[in-house]
Amino acid sequence: MADAASNDGFVVFDRVQKSYDGETLVVKDLNLSIARGEFLTMLGPSGSGKTTCLMMLAGFETATHGDIRLDGQPINNIPPHKRGIGMVFQNYALFPHMTVAENLAFPLEVRKIGKSEREAKVKRALDMVQMGAFGGRRPAQLSGGQQQRIALARALVFEPELVLMDEPLGALDKQLREHMQFEITRLAHDLGITTVYVTHDQTEALTMSDNVAVFDDGRIQQLAPPDLLYEKPENSFVAQFIGENNTLEGVVTEMKGDTCIVKLDDGEVIDATPINVSNVGDRTLVSIRPERVEYNKDRLQQGVHTLKAEVLEFIYMGDIFRTRLRVAGNDEFIIKTRNAPDVERLTPGQQIEIGWLPADCRALDT
Amino acid sequence: MSDMTDTSGPVLAADGTPLKRSLAKALRRQKLRALMLIAPLLLFILVSFILPIGDMLYRSVENKIVVNTLPRSVEALSGWDADSGELPDEAVFAAMAADLKEAYEARAHTRVGSRLNYEYPGISSVFRKSGRSAGRFDLESGGPWKDVLIDLDDGWADQGVWRTIQTYSPPVTSGYFLNAVDMRVGPDGAEMRPEAERIYMNLLVRTLWMSLLITFSCIVLAYPVAWLLANLPTRQANLLMILVLLPFWTSLLVRTSAWKILLQQQGVINDILVWVGLVDDNARLIIINNQFGTIVAMTHILLPFMILPMYSVMQTIPPSYLRAAKSLGATEWTAFWRVYFPQTIPGIGAGSILVFILAIGYYITPALVGGTKGTFISNQIAFHISTSLNWGLASALGAILLAVVLVLYWAYDKIVGIDNVKLG
Repeated sequence: MADAASNDGFVVFDRVQKSYDGETLVVKDLNLSIARGEFLTMLGPSGSGKTTCLMMLAGFETATHGDIRLDGQPINNIPPHKRGIGMVFQNYALFPHMTVAENLAFPLEVRKIGKSEREAKVKRALDMVQMGAFGGRRPAQLSGGQQQRIALARALVFEPELVLMDEPLGALDKQLREHMQFEITRLAHDLGITTVYVTHDQTEALTMSDNVAVFDDGRIQQLAPPDLLYEKPENSFVAQFIGENNTLEGVVTEMKGDTCIVKLDDGEVIDATPINVSNVGDRTLVSIRPERVEYNKDRLQQGVHTLKAEVLEFIYMGDIFRTRLRVAGNDEFIIKTRNAPDVERLTPGQQIEIGWLPADCRALDT
Repeated sequence: MSDMTDTSGPVLAADGTPLKRSLAKALRRQKLRALMLIAPLLLFILVSFILPIGDMLYRSVENKIVVNTLPRSVEALSGWDADSGELPDEAVFAAMAADLKEAYEARAHTRVGSRLNYEYPGISSVFRKSGRSAGRFDLESGGPWKDVLIDLDDGWADQGVWRTIQTYSPPVTSGYFLNAVDMRVGPDGAEMRPEAERIYMNLLVRTLWMSLLITFSCIVLAYPVAWLLANLPTRQANLLMILVLLPFWTSLLVRTSAWKILLQQQGVINDILVWVGLVDDNARLIIINNQFGTIVAMTHILLPFMILPMYSVMQTIPPSYLRAAKSLGATEWTAFWRVYFPQTIPGIGAGSILVFILAIGYYITPALVGGTKGTFISNQIAFHISTSLNWGLASALGAILLAVVLVLYWAYDKIVGIDNVKLG
């Protein structure tokens, strides 16, 4: 991914490292280039370094090593208030002693913008988030979702080209969160601003972003558009972190160009696509998405290996069926099937045979 | 549902009694138990706090001693016109002789003398001298009492003495309060005392002014410390907190005496200044036994009362507010002044009220390091309670102090709002 950090990006992290205590690196050799107008999400478990990266970009943390460039200019030594980056905080950080309108006017006031222009901009920003009638309220008088909108409007009111969002929807309930996800992406695209969004919620990352950078252990594990990330994870961390995933362990016994044969630990043999295995004898973790597993004999592709499975549990979820199987000694093998008239409902104890397209089964690192 | 929609008449409980009464009955036990729990404290406060304050307020206007000790004279004097320019007539003197004889036998004549002496200096010796002979008065055959009394002490020929007895004969008096604000009852009603005799108003103004200075220096010194406490990592913050609380664990007297050692003319600070060469050895600074000494020592002693409320308020302000302000384009100073500082005002308010009210009634420290120029009104109250034994005046001064504090509290509520005070 080192080549991703080209110089033409709007935001560029160039070999950035960060350490707090001088002993361990929280961010290890980060290279990232974000194009103008792009919506990039930094996704990862807590402690993966994603928030640190955001704070370095905002200027609240300094990079221990490496350059961060904004529009070609190194910003390592520019204090936060001169960077002109809008930011939405996790707890919104609306100033409790100011009204909503005063909160929005604050960034304009410190920029010495005249009163009439200020009022016009505040009004426009409030209308943009459909909060026009709330200018006189105090933040404490607003609901969580309303506070979220105000925080968004405040980060946008001074028309920054780059907006950072640090888990902005974490405190909202599910329905509101989904609504706000839509609203944020709509605003970001309408205004053409570059957005860096930090979250640990993979659904949020998949539904909102142009690109997702999956963080773990201070590194970007994969940087890709959501569909590629889900369908073609490049390593087992990404495969397991994004979406639901079945894994089986084994050894590569044969390489056949685009596909390979993997012998599982209990002796059974399957077809897979080699991703980061290259030699016969490599140990591998095979990953298959639950909805790509097929058990209807008529639909199984001819000539591929199949596995024996025992149904352990059948869960009716309305639109889908979720079935837990024992496959090759793994009791947590999940398959998902659409609730359609022609789909057979499995019963616990039933012995079935399962298979998949070799392309859907990815042999990854262990 | 039918109960809910029926809006005519009061809502009834299941057994037909009105819901309100039913609820009150259900809660009565709980309330009673709550009352029992606070009863010990309530009694303690009532006995040791409310009643003494009530007694003090009563003493500041109570004046029964004159009418009780000199009942006949008071009655006889009611007919005398003090502005006539003449002494009262023989009947009044006779009544006084009878009163004095009785008072002497009850050993009460010196007490009434000292009471009246507060209002008319010299009067106590008149009573003392005449009282001694009054025991030998023969009320039946003696007299004329006017000559006898004036013979005993020519104070009885002074109209002022009689005027004072007459003025202070009612059982309730405003005399103590007038005295406490440097006024007195003159021939034309209440009037200011002569310039040279005015003590208490100056003292009250000085007390208020110095308390304000102390409060202000506490704010200035405490703010950065409280900020550090709220923002340092826990380990260092705990250490700092111990340092802040350390004075609480040391005796007040020890701390005040320490300031005496530091600030006196041959003290540590002067020695250092002389050694460094900033001050000439012959012109050592006088920084104790004056207002400066009081302000320094009291600021030090009251500082924790300012730091703690400030700290507890600052602790609740998340650092993200400052970050948000900076990300919105504010400089460090603007972010502090526009975003952080306004949120700490409740802490400043709480600390200021605490420090100011403590300072205004402070007694030991000003007494020890204040000299003559740096003492507070409470030192005068203590003087009247324990030395001059003029409890009425002490009570009046105390009542005025209480009123001033209440007025300031009210003003604070009007200006800042008492809801804006946070102690934690």
